[in-house]
Amino acid sequence: MFNPMVWRLIWQATGETLYMVGVAVVLAEAVGLPLGIILVTTERGHILENPLVNRVLATIINIGRSIPFIILMVAIIPFTRMLVGTSIGTTAAMVPLTVAAIPFVARLVETALKEVDGGVVEAALALGASPFEIIWKVLIPEALPSLVSGVTITAVNLIGYSAMAGAVGGGGLGDLAVRYGYQRFRTDIMLATVIILIVLVQAMQSLGDWASKSLSKK
Amino acid sequence: MIKIHHLTKIYTDGQRELRALDDVSLHIKPGEIFGIIGLSGAGKSTLVRCINMLERPQEGQVLVNGIDMTALNKGDLRKARQKIGMIFQHFNLLSSRTVFGNVAFPLEITGVPKAEIRERVYELLRLVGLEDKADSYPAQLSGGQKQRVGIARALANRPEVLLCDEATSALDPETTTAVLELLQDINRKMGLTILLITHEMPVIQQVCDRVAVIENGRIVECGPVLDVFTRPETEEARRLVRGVIDIEIPPDLLEQHANGDGPLLKISFIGDSAGKPIMGALMQRFPVMVNILFGRIDHVKDTPFGTLVVQLSGESEAIAKATEFLAGQDLHVEVLRDV
Repeated sequence: MFNPMVWRLIWQATGETLYMVGVAVVLAEAVGLPLGIILVTTERGHILENPLVNRVLATIINIGRSIPFIILMVAIIPFTRMLVGTSIGTTAAMVPLTVAAIPFVARLVETALKEVDGGVVEAALALGASPFEIIWKVLIPEALPSLVSGVTITAVNLIGYSAMAGAVGGGGLGDLAVRYGYQRFRTDIMLATVIILIVLVQAMQSLGDWASKSLSKK
Repeated sequence: MIKIHHLTKIYTDGQRELRALDDVSLHIKPGEIFGIIGLSGAGKSTLVRCINMLERPQEGQVLVNGIDMTALNKGDLRKARQKIGMIFQHFNLLSSRTVFGNVAFPLEITGVPKAEIRERVYELLRLVGLEDKADSYPAQLSGGQKQRVGIARALANRPEVLLCDEATSALDPETTTAVLELLQDINRKMGLTILLITHEMPVIQQVCDRVAVIENGRIVECGPVLDVFTRPETEEARRLVRGVIDIEIPPDLLEQHANGDGPLLKISFIGDSAGKPIMGALMQRFPVMVNILFGRIDHVKDTPFGTLVVQLSGESEAIAKATEFLAGQDLHVEVLRDV
């Protein structure tokens, strides 16, 4: 159907998308997970109750989540340049992707940790566990299936975002679809990228569901 | 072992104030099984949570084995909590950990070496009869088994006190009995002090040495279980006891004997006297007829006690002497209706 040249383009773009999304998910989890934990544990009546920290953090996260991705991408160009030296290309696209995903991850983590039965936390407190032990040995393990589901949701969302990043020179499948599929009227390439995106999303969702299910002991 | 002095806990909900605990004082002796009974909302859960400071009281003092729990800093409080076991109505096990992992959890917290943890966990699982379930997850266990895991976990760090917060309320009667037997067994073997709160009088009846009745955040009655059962002093205690030991005489029976020719007596036998043939002696000694209208024998922990409602008939002089004889025995006699 396609000549080898086009195939190479498609493979390269798929690799870029996976790379962008993969790194952004890891970085966003690395920052979002602790934020989500702080968000839950500083709540009233929880193990590290602190209304001020809680309110400030919640506000920042809400602001982060209100900014449309396409605007955020442009708005943080100076920050991106400072971090990776350029604002164009796959590596540069990872910065806004990560920044956009952090508040999203924090909220998902918050929801997951809130599902943990308060009685279990109380039991750990009664046994003399410290806040750190409760986070590490109770909250995270008990919420693990939900946390994994959260990672899946984040990854799928970031695939969508990464296509947008592609539109402004970020590389990946979105970039390919815009440059070849749209601007050069190559409907076949457009179709191929869409099919690959569908397959990627499906595969990630299935993998995530399977992982979450096999972790759940309930 | 546990001394509670003038404990007061107030919850404020906007403008409204709720006194969950109102000047509560209790003294629980080492090695005893002490019960606190009350209806839901009476404050018993708050009381037990104030002992290990899961709830902070506004006023008063809690001494556990001489340590003032209200005055400890965070680190010392954690250490003190490790010596106070607690089990819960809904078990509160870690669903992500196996039975082994759940019992190992408190040992990890106190920093016990791995090899020792293994040994101690199996020792505890043997104690509660769950060695074969070490690799099961809580979701695969029955309610009674889950509570056994809860007990093993609570005992892991060899506590001096075990707090039971409605520990049998989610279990069926048979499982409740089995879990209570286990608690009693542990109490005897290890001399562990157990504080048990419940809304179920049969639980108190089966295992407790002493009981306190709590109502609206106040202790209204406190004493040996047998006394509270046989001679409840307050309306609240009477109501709770009535549910278990129904000494109400059917009204139609009373009606039938309304115009009878002798007094109606309620006789309570406690302990040894429950085994003596007192009615036989009564009839042999005095020219009276004894008509037994109602009778039953119950147990409070290990002590039997019986209740009998009788009507005496005969010459009034003989009846008077017979009544006097009964009063002289080791019995509690109450005249329900005079002639």
